[in-house]
Amino acid sequence: MPARRRRHRQNDYAWTGFLAGVFLAACLFVAPSLDAIGAQQHNKEKKKDKKAAQLSKAFRGKLPITELSEDEATLHALNRLAFGPRPGDVERIKKLGLEKWIDAQLHPDSLDDRTLDTRLEDYPALKLSTAELVDRYPNPQQAAKRAGITLEEYKRGMDAEADKSKAPREVVLELSEAKILRAIYSERQLQEVMTDFWFNHFNVFAAKGPVKWMLPDYEREVIRPHTLGKFRDLLYATAKSPAMLFYLDNWLSADPKAYAQHAKEIEQRRQRFNRLFGGDSRIMIMSRPNANRPNFPRPQNRPQPGQPPQGQAKQPRGLNENYGRELMELHTLGVDGGYTQNDVTQAAMALTGWTMSAPRKDPEFHFDEKIHGAEPKRVLGHTIHAGGMKDGEELLDLLVTQPSTAHFISTKLARKFVSDTPPVALVERMARTFADSDGNIREVMKTMIYSPEFWSRETYRAKIKTPFELVASALRTTGANVERPRALVMWSARIGEPLYACQPPTGYSDKAEAWVNSGALLNRLNFGIVLATGKMNGAQLDVSALLGQNSGTDPDAVLTHAVEVLLGGQVSAETRAVLQKQLNDPQVLQAMFDDPVKNVDAGMITGLVLGSPEFQRR
Amino acid sequence: MTISRRVFLKGGGVAMLGFGAMPSFLARTVEATATPNKKILVALFQRGAMDGLNVVVPFGEPAYYRMRPSIAIPQPSRTGELSALDLDGFFGLHPSLQALQPLFHDRQLAIVQAVGSPDNTRSHFDAQDYMESGTPGVKSTEDGWLNRYLQQQKEEQSSPFRAIAMGQQMPRMLQGAAPALAIPDIRQFQVMAPGQISGAMSGGFEALYAQTVDHALRGTGQETFEAIDMLKKIRQQNYQPANGAQYPKGRFAQSLQQIAQMIKGNIGLEVAFLDLGGWDHHVNEGSVQGQLSNLLREFGDSLAAFHKDLGETMRDVTLVTMSEFGRTAAENGNRGTDHGHANCMFVLGGDVLGGKVYGKWPGLEREHLYEGRDLNVTTDFRQVLGELVQIHLGNNQLKYVFPGFTYDPHKALGLVRA
Repeated sequence: MPARRRRHRQNDYAWTGFLAGVFLAACLFVAPSLDAIGAQQHNKEKKKDKKAAQLSKAFRGKLPITELSEDEATLHALNRLAFGPRPGDVERIKKLGLEKWIDAQLHPDSLDDRTLDTRLEDYPALKLSTAELVDRYPNPQQAAKRAGITLEEYKRGMDAEADKSKAPREVVLELSEAKILRAIYSERQLQEVMTDFWFNHFNVFAAKGPVKWMLPDYEREVIRPHTLGKFRDLLYATAKSPAMLFYLDNWLSADPKAYAQHAKEIEQRRQRFNRLFGGDSRIMIMSRPNANRPNFPRPQNRPQPGQPPQGQAKQPRGLNENYGRELMELHTLGVDGGYTQNDVTQAAMALTGWTMSAPRKDPEFHFDEKIHGAEPKRVLGHTIHAGGMKDGEELLDLLVTQPSTAHFISTKLARKFVSDTPPVALVERMARTFADSDGNIREVMKTMIYSPEFWSRETYRAKIKTPFELVASALRTTGANVERPRALVMWSARIGEPLYACQPPTGYSDKAEAWVNSGALLNRLNFGIVLATGKMNGAQLDVSALLGQNSGTDPDAVLTHAVEVLLGGQVSAETRAVLQKQLNDPQVLQAMFDDPVKNVDAGMITGLVLGSPEFQRR
Repeated sequence: MTISRRVFLKGGGVAMLGFGAMPSFLARTVEATATPNKKILVALFQRGAMDGLNVVVPFGEPAYYRMRPSIAIPQPSRTGELSALDLDGFFGLHPSLQALQPLFHDRQLAIVQAVGSPDNTRSHFDAQDYMESGTPGVKSTEDGWLNRYLQQQKEEQSSPFRAIAMGQQMPRMLQGAAPALAIPDIRQFQVMAPGQISGAMSGGFEALYAQTVDHALRGTGQETFEAIDMLKKIRQQNYQPANGAQYPKGRFAQSLQQIAQMIKGNIGLEVAFLDLGGWDHHVNEGSVQGQLSNLLREFGDSLAAFHKDLGETMRDVTLVTMSEFGRTAAENGNRGTDHGHANCMFVLGGDVLGGKVYGKWPGLEREHLYEGRDLNVTTDFRQVLGELVQIHLGNNQLKYVFPGFTYDPHKALGLVRA
């Protein structure tokens, strides 16, 4: 089973069959010229390396940086451990010392983040509990029923008052806007990068049932507190979170035998009731709101509100392997982690009874003994028999300590922070730290950051920015003032990454090929243009100020300055030549002549640089 | 593994496109030797679970009328009032699908009844997910079946328009390693710089991406600018539907029209996706008139216009519809229907052996219903899609496109001409 699924997960498989034919042909016709360019580039870089003098101890501390200059190392750190540089960041870090900056990022609580907190006050949903959110942003169907009107009437009412602020999707929008604001403005940059990483690792999907109301709690209470802590705590927190319990169905999972016994008892009680009072108590029991029966979650095909429950034949409940499988495949061991289908089934059995009360009202984790499979379970050769809820905990503890888990988590971190194909030796060192430190994420990150591989020439600008990273870094780099990032949320989706809306439990890919395609690229370019020409709703960018006051008068100075500000001065000679040529385009010269404020060139150059291949990388 | 070198341009195709320089990938494919015409598949998802029993009405089934006292579609009538449009003496089309009836009798339209997923979920989310990933019951499949087809049937130099989804987001069905393009409207597929500098910006980007050493970005950049150029040409042609076809108003019809436009523009389109929502009629579904009726009119008229517009070209095109599950056999207390199980699918095109309602009819008597309430699934949806992939598109690797599904050629419905 795992073998088949692996083929599904990794994109490489698509190409294997063609390697012989297509790839060979491609090599023959395309590769030589590219290789030549690559080699030239490489030689140039080699020369630069030699020029890069030994960096000062005050700057780098114990960081093993040998191939990058101070500026490059600083930019690299800002691009990997943060969402890119803001104006002035490079100078600040060089003054402070890179190691000191990194150390502070590894301890986010030491950083003052009040400026961001002030901005986030505009987003009340972030601080509310799930129950409060359900109440304040009610499901239209339920709200209409409560008000005694039809759904259409309710929706018309919302339209008439232009009051869409109560719509449930507002919860996700607020969260999305906040995510963008945090990425742009938080001082705790690494914390934000890690939150993005771990949410994606333990992905849940906003559009599945009531998950949207659970999201603020999930990110705030489950993910965020543990991003640099113990992996075990993160795993426990997600396993017990209503969002994950619902998204991967574990709240419905029951031992069929235990469930049958339980159902029998209920039936007996019903018959006793009927004998005593006559009539059919079934309808009464079934029409009670779900919330009143916390110990008895219903299958998903519940009757719609306002509709009689008759005809909804109750299905027997059984084991649901969904979470058990993804827990092993995606959360801990990895698809090659050496488990079998039987391990999945047994793990799912260990987790029966891990459910929640009132999923659509006030969801809370609880353990339901009545649907738990009590017999001993056998997972990865170990017997799990702690009893009751402890069965699940024993399972999680077992998974956390597996070498496969250390390796899988380290690989994913290295892929996110180092390269699409991280060096094997680096991953092994990280995995060793993971095992030795009882899954301490901060320690694993340190091992990675204090590795020469992290600072190698090969690693520099080797990652393609995800759409979210592109949006955040463009806003940071240009120093635009963002007041209402709703348009930015939309752009992230347009470029291919709708926030909180990744449907499969795999989360978004961390590899370039997932993000580089025609439609997405065009949207990357258009995003840069909209931002640079001052047309981004809710985000003001003054390009003239960014590129210097007298930008209109000297196009050359503008170009030099743009490359300096937006790309840290690092751009290939070819890119520079292209940009230069565009400035001399007759159409542009005419437009500059016509424009009294003379910022056509500044907007255009900024747009081109934001859309350039260099800016797509980090 | 077969590497098909199918030709994008045939006969007059070059002439149609013939302004300016031909995009390089097209030039390359033209050199390939002529093989059979390129086949095209259009996949249409009806999101929200269409009530298949009121769309392809089993008017010969007494239980149907018993269970749907207020919403049933009356048996075909000779006196002119709205009623089912007879197909074969047992099934009839909803009267709002009048535009499709001639296509059925001309054998261009086939219908499969009682088709669906073996998975018993009644969650829209899960069922759509399964139908698009093509792996019912397996949630972690990352790519969609239509993308796996593209991965498998690798084109040496494929058009950026090989796979198009009409919409803002890439649908699950087309997600995956093979390139695909999501565009809400082909008129928007361009560099959006202010007029005075648009030429310079567009040219600037093109030059930037042409010179980069980054292999992936360079290739994608080239593709993107070729694609922009091609669409510009199609747009300039000021599209008029052919053969007097009249598309209804609305996004859905417009998407279908743009797909027709791209097919006729010979820009290398091979698979297209679009969807139409609003089928979740729990309350006041209506009968011959009402909510479902209105939506069906938009659906049927659009499909008929698409067919008419493409005319002769339809011989290479197959359009297939699907919806995540059907609805309860009986109507509920709100003159609507709830989430059920089996549904019907439409298959339209020149290759289609139409004029027939395919699939084994399981019956609507209580003992024949799935879990005592829903139409039973007698045909797996992958059987239908599998036949289209294998016979219409000519791909034999169904194990790869639908992993976990055993395609049995002996059970083939015979929906399309080999």
